[in-house]
Amino acid sequence: MKMKKLTAMSMAALMAASMIPAVPVMAEGEGKVYYLNFKPEADEAWQNLAKTYTEETGTEVTVVTAASGQYETTLQSEMAKSDAPTLFQVNGSVGLKNWKDYCYDLKDSEIFSQLTSDTYTLKDGDAVPGIAYVIESYGLITNKTLLEKAGYTLDDIKSYDQLKAVADDIQSKKDELGIKGAFTSAGMDASSDWRFKTHLANLPIYYEYKEDGIDDTAEIKGTYLDNYKNLFDLYITDSTCDPAELSAKTADDSRNEFVNSEAVFYQNGSWEYAELAKTFGDDELAMIPIYFGVDDENQGLATGTENYWCVNKNASEEDIQATLDFMNWCVTSEAGTKSMAEDMGFTIPFKTAVAPTNVFVKQDAEYTEAGLTPVSWNFTTMPSEEWKNGVGTALTAYAAETGSWDDVVSAFVDNWAMEKALTE
Amino acid sequence: MVGKTIKKWWPVFVLPTLAAFIIGFLWPFIWGIYLSFCKFTTVQDVTFVGFSNYAKLMLDKSFSYSFWLTVVFAFVSSILINVLAFTIALALTKGFRGTNVFRTVFFMPNLIGGIVLGYIWQTLLNGLLSKWGQPLLALSAKNGFIGMLILLMWQQIGYMMIIYVAGLNNVSPDLIEAAQIDGATSRQILFKIKIPMIMPSVTICTFLTLTNGFKMFDQNLSLTGGAPGKQSQLLALNIYDTFYARSGPMWKGIGQAKAVVFFILVVAIALIQLKATSSKEVQQ
Repeated sequence: MKMKKLTAMSMAALMAASMIPAVPVMAEGEGKVYYLNFKPEADEAWQNLAKTYTEETGTEVTVVTAASGQYETTLQSEMAKSDAPTLFQVNGSVGLKNWKDYCYDLKDSEIFSQLTSDTYTLKDGDAVPGIAYVIESYGLITNKTLLEKAGYTLDDIKSYDQLKAVADDIQSKKDELGIKGAFTSAGMDASSDWRFKTHLANLPIYYEYKEDGIDDTAEIKGTYLDNYKNLFDLYITDSTCDPAELSAKTADDSRNEFVNSEAVFYQNGSWEYAELAKTFGDDELAMIPIYFGVDDENQGLATGTENYWCVNKNASEEDIQATLDFMNWCVTSEAGTKSMAEDMGFTIPFKTAVAPTNVFVKQDAEYTEAGLTPVSWNFTTMPSEEWKNGVGTALTAYAAETGSWDDVVSAFVDNWAMEKALTE
Repeated sequence: MVGKTIKKWWPVFVLPTLAAFIIGFLWPFIWGIYLSFCKFTTVQDVTFVGFSNYAKLMLDKSFSYSFWLTVVFAFVSSILINVLAFTIALALTKGFRGTNVFRTVFFMPNLIGGIVLGYIWQTLLNGLLSKWGQPLLALSAKNGFIGMLILLMWQQIGYMMIIYVAGLNNVSPDLIEAAQIDGATSRQILFKIKIPMIMPSVTICTFLTLTNGFKMFDQNLSLTGGAPGKQSQLLALNIYDTFYARSGPMWKGIGQAKAVVFFILVVAIALIQLKATSSKEVQQ
């Protein structure tokens, strides 16, 4: 009897004890860093860098990476915790709207003074709530070997008309060349549709802002939507697959077509380099501007950022200081800059940056040196995910001929004003 | 003896579960209702705004569209699932060879998670649609709706079938034999004896299918994602989208308000349904 009671008690105690989570023991009085990382592909490099920092300085750095596409969700729940992230990121001025009450003003921080230009910041009045830590470019990734096989070189493509002529010709000879199409499939699956509803859609916005001399607007006019249509038409006509099937094509499909040399052009960004370099040598790859037919002689790659570091102002003073020190170390120390340039493949907008090995990034610098103007990333001013989804859906339906181009224009122009009004 | 032990030791057995229930369900639930009256970005840092979230919710056209779509979906799917599950259960209680194998096979889809099923069926259905030259799932609201029906039916029929099989096995053979001696046809036996006798199973099955239809989220997310536009977006996904696809803090509160309305709706429908079907249950 006694025995039974004892067993029951110890079992119950065990059950109750298993419910109490293990609490790590923290060092008192010293600041610590908790970084909620946005880029899954750079997770390993961040973990290693954090370890190096802890070994060097003794400051504890925790790096947690949100699953792909789950950053906002993760950030929302993490920020509600008592041990909230001290360092997190927003994707631009629209993302900042959600989080500006949580952002520490970085105006007087050391890292701010390390920036090569203050265009790489987010501003809220006088305050600087966010600092960009990586600059990326996108354009048309080109398989040079295939292009030469088709009888062209990069010099033959300097404008939209030339691009169309070359692509049409390649498409007509696709069987001789042993490829499936000029462009990889413009997949409209959720894994891939951002290339068109966000990145390609940046171009009409960029030229409209440029013409009107603005950097954001409550109402977009859609002046250059015809050029947008021309490019999208080109992508879906000179393509590896039937436009009606695009709604089910994924990002992997598109990349695989490029990697297997089934298509010559692939619209994507410098972040693809690590993946493509597994198959291609540096001299086989090039990235050309997405010629838009507006100012082709002067148009460079689309270069910008949607990765801004923000420091949580609700964190304790020691933690904020530790976080600022860590950020500064990442972009100034030898270990930090080297890891960011080589392991993560980033171009960082700081004075002490190490030259990257990424061939697309190098090309961007060459274009800029040759006097071309990089296209800035204005898609951070797009009203909301909701707006992007609307454009994506309309594009998908247009490609499959279940919808018309007018629907795309309406989703682009009308929804813009509506969604902008709703985010205030 | 046992009773005495339980009397003395019940807190040890009840409290851990009760605590888990309060922490994991009751408290978030109450806090969630409060949040629907607030504007917030993180759930700890909120500003009270009264009923304005509910007022804005009425203006959101996508909400009323999803609402009606969900109602239609829940009713159509419940009817189809129950009729088919019952038919299969009848067939599998006839006692022919291999019944158990069939029961297992029909039950198995239930063991796979909704997200995985959604993606698998997306590939399958898109393959079929493209072969027929039809618009793919993401392009046609009609195909998306039918796709979701097929998926949910495939997943749930087996589960409901098991409940019906158990009910049918409990119908006393005496009653059936007596009816047969009185000259009842097999049709009469089915409608006058078997169905009235298994009304408790019907209650539970309609309850499960209706609420599952209303709450369906993961299959919707993975199979169609609401495309095209929001035309195949059910309520749960609409709430999720309000929460995460919109910029600006005010949408979180609206999403929360939608969730509260959604909860009231599901509870109301479930209560009405339970009352309606359980009143038809007979005592043996």
